[in-house]
Amino acid sequence: MIKIAIALGVLLTAVAYTVWLERKVVGHIQNRWGPTRVGPFGLLQPLADGVKFIFKEDLIPPHVYKPLFIAAPMIALIFALTSISLIPVGNWITVFGIHTPLEIVDVNIGLLVVLGITSLGVYGVALAGWSSNSKYSLLGGLRASAQMVSYEISLGLSLVGVLIMAGSFSLRDIVDAQGGTFWGFIPRWNIFHGQFVAFFIYLMAAYAETNRIPFDLPEAETELVAGYHTEYSAMKFAMFFMAEYANMITVACLATLLFLGGWHGPLFGPPVLQAILPVFWFVAKIFAFLFLYIWVRGTLPRFRYDQLMAFGWKFLLPLAIANLVITALVVALSA
Amino acid sequence: MLHLLVFSVFGLVCVAGAVNLLVQRHPINSALSLVVVMGSLAVEYLLLGAEFVAAVQVIVYAGAIMVLFVFVIMLLNAGVEDRSKGSRVAMLFGVPGVLIGSVLVAWVLVARSGTGNVAVGALPGPPKVIGWLLFHDFLLPFEVTSVLVLIAIMGAVVLANHPGSAQQRSTQPDKREG
Repeated sequence: MIKIAIALGVLLTAVAYTVWLERKVVGHIQNRWGPTRVGPFGLLQPLADGVKFIFKEDLIPPHVYKPLFIAAPMIALIFALTSISLIPVGNWITVFGIHTPLEIVDVNIGLLVVLGITSLGVYGVALAGWSSNSKYSLLGGLRASAQMVSYEISLGLSLVGVLIMAGSFSLRDIVDAQGGTFWGFIPRWNIFHGQFVAFFIYLMAAYAETNRIPFDLPEAETELVAGYHTEYSAMKFAMFFMAEYANMITVACLATLLFLGGWHGPLFGPPVLQAILPVFWFVAKIFAFLFLYIWVRGTLPRFRYDQLMAFGWKFLLPLAIANLVITALVVALSA
Repeated sequence: MLHLLVFSVFGLVCVAGAVNLLVQRHPINSALSLVVVMGSLAVEYLLLGAEFVAAVQVIVYAGAIMVLFVFVIMLLNAGVEDRSKGSRVAMLFGVPGVLIGSVLVAWVLVARSGTGNVAVGALPGPPKVIGWLLFHDFLLPFEVTSVLVLIAIMGAVVLANHPGSAQQRSTQPDKREG
């Protein structure tokens, strides 16, 4: 129970501050300051935004299909927050005599469950688009569902190579398989261990799965106003927002666990520091991944929809299959 | 005890979802009921110790196939169905047919020897065992199924790509550039 509370608190704070980070970094990329008014460096901005969202009038347009209109943001947020419960953030620790793993539940098919839960998140977006009963929303919802189903295939196939090398679905086993170094200085992370192409595919598919630039067609502001959440206001809009950022963090966690060696990193210093360092490395890698996300957002323009589909089906999917076949061959021949 | 309770609750949810699927008049509500059916079936698999099948059930059925169902309903913008009075033939033959069918299933499950109780987790469940079964003991059926799926995909491509639209597609990029 304590772990659930801690995980939820940390995740929601992380979501709020990812928004802050994004506004700040994109601001600097575009030669602006980003938020500066509320607190030092605008650090209290997320709090102010949260209060604002809660006190805004929650407007439900008269033409919507009410049950699904209300349920959609909840669906999106629930699945986004649930998937994080399976992410291990570090090795076993002992706090006040209790020896516990740093995650809420450890299941031996952890990766599949995470994929399953995140694949359900698309209902939130699709139903929001449909139930709003507006053209912009419907187009956004349609694009989102088509895009997510298409890119999920590449995403899944890019992970199979990692699974073959680790021989397990358990996220903990996958991280454990990446311990140690090559020649003493290059870490044995999967990204340096023949899975660079898989990492690239994962990165692209992850951008598409989380509806981020350059694949943010479902909410393309220039064509669709705000896409699937055009008709939403106040806390319901905030729920979609939180779901999107929570999904980004989940994707970053998975990338860290599967490709970047999880909590492995140089350990030094006294025992207390050694206990904290793995979590620090894990968080640092997630931060780097999120920074890359924001950097890409500040740099790349949006794709056209047919380009998006052609890229997914004609480039990423064959590449993912080729990577899978080669990985399987190498593993089979070296075994 | 708790195990049985959870199992029965999700069994009921599953049946309720299936009934709701038929009762609802709007296609999207029916599709969502089917998602509920798939999800509760996945929980039942999980409770029976088949965690891999449960995860695959969620990923494939609830996460992909049903999304496509919802997508098609959204795309066609299907409205509320008209309620018909129902045909007399269906009433005459359907109700006895369902009764006979369920009695038959119950009889096979209860009375026939050879179908007994199996302890939870006694049958193959972990992904490694399932992989071994698929690629060793059942290799031929597995490959035949994949060829079948391939044929279905090719059929879909042929159906979607009738001559008129192919010509249209080849001229499209030029138009956009010009």
